[in-house]
Amino acid sequence: MNHLLEVKDLVTCFHTDDGDVTAVDRVSLHIDRGEIIGLVGESGSGKSVTMMSIQQLISPPGYVKSGEVYLDGVEGNLLTYKADSEKMRSIRGGRISMIFQEPMTSLNPVLTIGYQIQENILQHTDLDPEAAKKKAIEMLKMVKIPDAEQRYNDYPQQFSGGMRQRIMIAIALSANPDLLIADEATTALDVTTQAQILEMIRSIAKKTNTAVIIVTHNLGIVARFAERIYVMYSGRVMETSKTWNIFKKSGHPYTKALLRAIPRLDDPKDRVLIPIDGLPPSPADRPTYCPFYKRCEYRKDSCKENAMPDLQEIGPDHYSACLLSQNEMQAKEIELRNRPQKAAPVKNIRDENVLEVEGVKKYFPILKGIMRRHVGDVKAIEDISYTLKKGETLGIVGESGCGKTTMARCVMRVYKPEAGIIRFNGIDIAGMKDKELAPYRSKIAMIFQDPFSSLDPRQTAGSIVEESLIINHSCKTEKERQEKVDRLFRLVGLDPSLKNRVPHEFSGGQRQRLGIARALSSDPEIIVCDEPISALDVSIQAQIINLLEEIQAKLGVSYIFIAHDLAVVKHISDRVLVMYLGHIVEIADCDELYKHPFHPYTEALLQAVPEADPDVEKTKPAVALEGEVPSIINRPAGCPFHNRCKHCMERCTKEVPQLTEFDSGHQVACFLFDKE
Amino acid sequence: MGRFILKRLGQTLIVLFIVSIFVFLMVSFLPGDPVYAMLGGEISQETYDKWYYDLGLDKPIVVRYFSWLGKALVGDFGTSASQHKAVIDVVAQRVPITLYFSILAFIISVPLGILLGVLAAVHRGTKLDGILTTFANVCSCLPQFFISVLFLYLFSMILHLLPSYGFTWPWEDFGKSVSQTIMPITCLAIGGVASICRQTRSSMLEVINQDYIRTAKSKGLSQHKIIMKHALKNALIPVITLMGLRLGGMMGGSMFVETVFNISGMDSLLVSAIRAQDIPLIQACVLLIAVVGSVANIITDIVYAAVDPRIRI
Repeated sequence: MNHLLEVKDLVTCFHTDDGDVTAVDRVSLHIDRGEIIGLVGESGSGKSVTMMSIQQLISPPGYVKSGEVYLDGVEGNLLTYKADSEKMRSIRGGRISMIFQEPMTSLNPVLTIGYQIQENILQHTDLDPEAAKKKAIEMLKMVKIPDAEQRYNDYPQQFSGGMRQRIMIAIALSANPDLLIADEATTALDVTTQAQILEMIRSIAKKTNTAVIIVTHNLGIVARFAERIYVMYSGRVMETSKTWNIFKKSGHPYTKALLRAIPRLDDPKDRVLIPIDGLPPSPADRPTYCPFYKRCEYRKDSCKENAMPDLQEIGPDHYSACLLSQNEMQAKEIELRNRPQKAAPVKNIRDENVLEVEGVKKYFPILKGIMRRHVGDVKAIEDISYTLKKGETLGIVGESGCGKTTMARCVMRVYKPEAGIIRFNGIDIAGMKDKELAPYRSKIAMIFQDPFSSLDPRQTAGSIVEESLIINHSCKTEKERQEKVDRLFRLVGLDPSLKNRVPHEFSGGQRQRLGIARALSSDPEIIVCDEPISALDVSIQAQIINLLEEIQAKLGVSYIFIAHDLAVVKHISDRVLVMYLGHIVEIADCDELYKHPFHPYTEALLQAVPEADPDVEKTKPAVALEGEVPSIINRPAGCPFHNRCKHCMERCTKEVPQLTEFDSGHQVACFLFDKE
Repeated sequence: MGRFILKRLGQTLIVLFIVSIFVFLMVSFLPGDPVYAMLGGEISQETYDKWYYDLGLDKPIVVRYFSWLGKALVGDFGTSASQHKAVIDVVAQRVPITLYFSILAFIISVPLGILLGVLAAVHRGTKLDGILTTFANVCSCLPQFFISVLFLYLFSMILHLLPSYGFTWPWEDFGKSVSQTIMPITCLAIGGVASICRQTRSSMLEVINQDYIRTAKSKGLSQHKIIMKHALKNALIPVITLMGLRLGGMMGGSMFVETVFNISGMDSLLVSAIRAQDIPLIQACVLLIAVVGSVANIITDIVYAAVDPRIRI
């Protein structure tokens, strides 16, 4: 049987002033009808460019240099058709359709969603507009948009991110394509929504025998959904095989390294992540030998002397692009294993609270009319109480809009809470005026999510770190100050000679190091880390996590670590706090929470996280949690979670459950565990 | 939508009210005695007294304002000192001419500007784009009076193709009207064409790189459909701002053209009224310009809401 799609030696280049840069380098892949395959790799590995090239969606300065693409039922090489030829246009959207990463911007804001679906149907089928509309509504129902008929004439901005991605799927599937490409389709969504969307794609694909290519950087997603996987690195396919082989018998050093670098939910607490050192080569100066050579733990001199190897069969249906034989690799592996492992940094948690938060509320007023009348409140967080010990890391998890960041900003005193007490070393700072607050400001620092936009592009790295030293007068002389800046640079693993560079000259990981140095410069006792690694690539994430742990062991600071990646939170935290719609639903010791989650929401959240292990994934329910997080403006009465909870009782709809201690240190806000 | 328009109308009334206060206070801003300022020192006591009472200068300022406003609302702006006629009659004669020119110029410049802008954006980087962009850049920075004088010199004095001055309504003598108005209208429109072209081109280029255009491409739509249906509507949003500005400036914007081509429109009237310190006439003109500007703003907002569903409140 012919493959549905076969790509052979695809090469895509981008014109630049310094000559052509090869983004995709001799990539070959294939997919059969009804098959779900995964294409994984870090940013810049060429996954998306490959997919765009297949459909000739690459726009200048990019162009497909060579290669062949065959689609079952189409005569000859697809790449020989012109990009906007009749034939190519009938394939795009008709035979191959694509869902993109950004649900917020991928739909046209000035056209109704109905029109946008109908348009695709009219383009590729013979249906008349009336029938197309009917079909469009059918599609909306299939992707579970409630009230499909009424919402047909709504505009994209009237839908949530998850809903918009469903609409994208409706568009993509509306002309019954043979192949669906999901390009990081769920990356911007919350874990529970992500699980729902992917599950839906899978069930529709299996029903209609549509092939799916899942393009992602998330190994967990492919472990759960893909049947076969291609691992890409620096424009090349490094390894491909059945999913199980990739995770359990990975053949390529890059795949092995990736799996060692990611934290997992079932990790023991003291596991040290082994980051992949260095950075991926920039496509402009990619070596002729193996591009992974520099970062490879298995490398031999012969790797550098030979050209980049092609994929070679290393097992049944298992191909890897590595020069080393399996024996050589095994020998090296034993050698590596016997090498003294870096021990996990030893934490020193003192039995003394650095922070005590009691009953903190933060409301944002809703103002209306010319006179800015106060017509209501957005109750962002309600009755938040917790403590943080010296040297401890408190993880905070929850889906977007649950109030994690608002809570952190209250602690930072960027916001003044409406009610409650925030005791820092025993002193209440919740109601303090700016002047009184000044001495405490430097004691609570923050590391931000986006290392690209949170650094002033015109300030040098040195002055970014130096700034708070000047403000706090913490150094007497200029020389002393410069020495301290150098010390901080070295502490976060940056060379002090980089002081005079500006942020855009650093890589993402380095910038985040710079952000950490800035946070440390005021000698804080608490550092609030707001999603500090979510903008970084997998191989870099591990470096930053390890760095944060080392710093904590060295300096004894406390972290409030906010993240939506539960595996990362588990890895770094001592205790974890789970939030839902502005309420704390559960607080527990890290191991305890992950082993015995009490609250139904925590349980569902843990099940929704895809893990990089196909065996574990098989044991999980398909969809852990239905529905979407309601908007905080219409938070349900009673328990905020009751309308999505499978254990919902009469009482849950009326009363708000209070956070009560269940086991020692394990607090949960749920009536299921009420002692009475 | 109805509520939205009502709300904007209310806001406009407030703005116009404030403008009317300033317009009224113009009398008090003049140095010295307003009557002497208007009529010169060489007048008899009788004339002085008549004007003094006519202007209501014997009453408190608040009373004066409201009686002035009350009259102004029904079109009574008093008597023009320089033209010795009721202000309203003078204005009524001149305003249609200015409106005729500026509305025609506006109607020509908007579609033409958008068309050229889209053409330049679609053919980005080609010769056509180069020519259009250069034209737009040059024209949008040339001052209007310079273009007017240049045209006048070229077409009337060198080529003797078109008359250099005068105005006739098209229903009086169509041929003559066209030959008389073609130059002034082109001069008025050219800046609009250029700036709308530039704005359309740049916002079009921005929109073309948006994710939803990639989505449209991935649907296999034709280039024509992508541009007309998906890109243009989004790209027009900033262009509407510009159109609103031009519409609002319509009444006061043809000063140079009217002067150069010797057309007796409202703007040349305003210039002469300022020279003659003809307060009632200036007040009427300024108020009119403010009203037209405000109405243009409302229209802009309504068009905005119609094009961009995100704005609907």
